[in-house]
Amino acid sequence: MKHLLSIDDLGVDDIHTIFETAAEMHDVQHRSVKKLPALRGRTVINMFFEDSTRTRSSFEIAGKWLSADVINISGKGSSASKGESLRDTVLTVCAMGVDGLVIRHPASGAARQVSEWVDAVVVNAGDGMHEHPTQALLDAYTLQRRLGSLEGRHVAIVGDLTHSRVFRSNVKCLAKLGAEVTVVAPPTLMPAGVEAWSSAAGFATSYDVDEVLPKADAVMMLRVQRERMSGGYFPSPREYTVGYGLTRERLAMLQPEAPICHPGPMNRGLEIAPEAADAAASVVLDQVSAGVAVRMSVLYHLLAGEESA
Amino acid sequence: MNQLVVKGASLPGGETADLLVEDGLIREVGKVDAPKARVIEAGGLVALPGLVDLHTHLREPGREDAETVLTGSQAAAVGGYTAVFAMANTDPVTDTAEAAERILDLGRMAGLVDVHPIGAVTRGLAGEELAELGLMARSRARVRVFSDDGRCVSDARVMRRALEYVRTFGGVISQHAQDPDLAGPTACCHEGELSGRLGLPGWPGVAEEVIVARDVMLARHTGSRVHVAHVSTAGSVEVIRWAKAQGIDVTAEVTPHHLLLTTDLLSGYDPTFKVNPPLRPDEDVEVLREALADGTIDAVATDHAPHARHDKEHAFADAAFGMLGLETALPVVSTVMVATGRMSWADVARVMSTAPARIAGLAQEGSQGRPLEPGEPANLTLVDPAGELTVDRDASVSLSRNNPWHGRRLTGTVHATLLRGVPTVLEGKLQ
Repeated sequence: MKHLLSIDDLGVDDIHTIFETAAEMHDVQHRSVKKLPALRGRTVINMFFEDSTRTRSSFEIAGKWLSADVINISGKGSSASKGESLRDTVLTVCAMGVDGLVIRHPASGAARQVSEWVDAVVVNAGDGMHEHPTQALLDAYTLQRRLGSLEGRHVAIVGDLTHSRVFRSNVKCLAKLGAEVTVVAPPTLMPAGVEAWSSAAGFATSYDVDEVLPKADAVMMLRVQRERMSGGYFPSPREYTVGYGLTRERLAMLQPEAPICHPGPMNRGLEIAPEAADAAASVVLDQVSAGVAVRMSVLYHLLAGEESA
Repeated sequence: MNQLVVKGASLPGGETADLLVEDGLIREVGKVDAPKARVIEAGGLVALPGLVDLHTHLREPGREDAETVLTGSQAAAVGGYTAVFAMANTDPVTDTAEAAERILDLGRMAGLVDVHPIGAVTRGLAGEELAELGLMARSRARVRVFSDDGRCVSDARVMRRALEYVRTFGGVISQHAQDPDLAGPTACCHEGELSGRLGLPGWPGVAEEVIVARDVMLARHTGSRVHVAHVSTAGSVEVIRWAKAQGIDVTAEVTPHHLLLTTDLLSGYDPTFKVNPPLRPDEDVEVLREALADGTIDAVATDHAPHARHDKEHAFADAAFGMLGLETALPVVSTVMVATGRMSWADVARVMSTAPARIAGLAQEGSQGRPLEPGEPANLTLVDPAGELTVDRDASVSLSRNNPWHGRRLTGTVHATLLRGVPTVLEGKLQ
């Protein structure tokens, strides 16, 4: 594995190796001195072409705790609008001498294109609606800590699937780990051609959240972007909540121990009720702390093995 | 006396003959005895009437870094073309008589193919007010084909008026059929299983089909002529077939890339394959081939769309739409349609020369797309049906390199092109 662009880049063994290292890294978070020397002398650039607080800081902390020099570069919108090609932008940055490039971009496929242009290791921190592999890894890692093996466990993913890179990475990752996944959304937020795709990829689809939730060993609620609400995908936020939200009533339908995940930021009261977000079974904050451990693990495996400059 | 003999060529109908060319005209067809004439040995080659492209982007004025009328004419000649229609979406837009005459003059200065400007349907391609269609028609450029290509004339009232208006001078509206409201402004590929997996916003086939359906009904209502540019879906073919059966005056074109390339090429997010209308799945491609063979689709048109390299080196969603096509169109059609036995060379003459020339009015005025007979202009394309070509984007005479055919092996090559008796290309090389 040279880059981490997609869950497709990982075999099951790779995923388990990442989780094992992540568990060790997780312990570091509870030490008073949190630094490991593993990436001393390596430079990691977080290149974020899209607003992000949690993913960017998670990668930043992960790099710093591994003693890498971490630099954040943010650019709003597409490089096209500035008149510079994406290729020129990333080649310019990499010419400074970069070992790892963590890239977030609003366009699907951007991380993959960048990996074909640069020599640095590329980590996809979210490309448009395509993938967000470290999010899927941290989600599975979190679920595994709660549930043990995910083999045969049933995970429900509910929300705006069309626009969700979290969903696209998660169905791949969970399938590799043997979980049974059902995705739930209104028809207007189901991705194009999902029927053919889901049967090939081994997940199920449903429009009926009430039918799916009682059987779930874990539930993942996806954020509904504010800007989608006026896009005609559903009539009103109220109607969305009634149809697809994890409401107080639906919380009672869940198995009591079933972990509740949300990649954040949450729209409390829209896709997730406060009672669900704060429930004992909610793992939302565990996901955040696991995020640092998993990203430390990913950076470690991609960069520490490389010959030092 | 400036005589030239094309010796021993196969004519589209299959018979072998010599063609005596003199003063830009075909003088004799058969066994020619002209000892002083210059000879082009054409044994084993197929002689077609010079190819006519209804849909070319020459980028001048505005983006001379991507293509000029001269370099685009060179690419056209190498591709076997003797006439091209230059789309109006330049900068400034070809929406006035003066702008149209400028393109005509640049084409004449280049002197390699007849360059006919296409006029914009609406001022600035904005889709709101009609451009000066009549003045463009009356200009020296004698514009007959109008298109807002790149954009759809989506307002039904504007489309109706345009259709009604161009009828008086035998004009035709070439429509880029694509409902802009159905998919949204970020669409960049075919909407289907692959776009769902890749997370790319797409146009469903129906975004094209609803406009084709609307436009054939408007053509019926107005009694006018409509041409559907770059048909890309099976549903559009169904609508066009129905409309023709009703006697509605509709014609259609398909691009070489929609006859061979499919949407799965997008799986690597390579913007070389980003084009509008998008590459579609196999099922659509198969129907397009059938429709071209059976005449439902009248013509092949390249939609040659050069782009500077840096305009393609963006994230897929941000990169420019379009791909090169002029130099490879004949080899692609030969490979997909002739080598497979689906079409004869007479059919190729029809879809790449006669029909497009008729749609644009050139056949009627006698300049292009004419039969290979004595007295007709000597616009000729000599094709080597057994010629093998491995496409090399760096061997192109176009200024741009957005070539989706790079590395592909194609059968059937252009050996020579004659514009009114003057060789523009011999042995595949520009003269």
